[in-house]
Amino acid sequence: MMETRRIFLVRSAGLVALAGGVLAGGRSQATPQAMAALIAEIAAGREIKKGKVTLDLPPLIDNGNAVPMTVTVDSPMSERDYVKTIHVVNEKNPQPHVIVCHLGPRSGRAAFSTRIKLADAQTVTAIAEMSDGTLWMDSASVIVTLAACLEDIL
Amino acid sequence: MARALINVPQQAKPGEIIEIKALISHPMETGFRVGHNGQLIPRDIVQTFICTYDGEEIFKADYSPAIAANPFISFFTRATKSGDIVLTWRGDNGFEASETVHIQVA
Repeated sequence: MMETRRIFLVRSAGLVALAGGVLAGGRSQATPQAMAALIAEIAAGREIKKGKVTLDLPPLIDNGNAVPMTVTVDSPMSERDYVKTIHVVNEKNPQPHVIVCHLGPRSGRAAFSTRIKLADAQTVTAIAEMSDGTLWMDSASVIVTLAACLEDIL
Repeated sequence: MARALINVPQQAKPGEIIEIKALISHPMETGFRVGHNGQLIPRDIVQTFICTYDGEEIFKADYSPAIAANPFISFFTRATKSGDIVLTWRGDNGFEASETVHIQVA
């Protein structure tokens, strides 16, 4: 049978995917399981509800080396009701940790901004722990064109 | 001494919520990259950032290698009285940098 262009392309794509998988296998990479384990550690048996937290990340980013990120939590930030900690975790960087911020009633507004590295297109999750012990979360998925962290200096 | 850029309002009213922005020059080497000789480049990151206002800790952040090079942070605090705002970064290989800004509250 003559090999049509379509069959050739399908086969080549398969080979590329296979090679990619083999090459990526040797790298250390956080998995969604590692992220789940870290979230379980943060939760410590408590329930994490969706809401109150807003994780602001661009949906598409050219360069994963510096991705602007803003986390805002809906809280009055009074002496009796404030945000204690904000955790940010990711699923595909070499490690699931991104940042942990400790706030207090003095903060006035529960928000912070920074720039992070993302090694791949993935979902990032922010979890806020309130002064009463409840946990709230938000997730955002980002498509990264140029990955960070793992690139070699050549 | 690492170069740092800090943006804090010079004056504020009592109880006003102010934004503090800080940027420090640091490579934030992840420890996962391979260098010219095929060896991993050792990790060199800023591990913690602490902000104190008039001696009281108001904000603290634990960084990981997933923070971009030249880490930038912006956060809020309530201006209470005139005093010094001290920003301190600590990291691998004994890295430590500290900057002080004065705020006038009236």
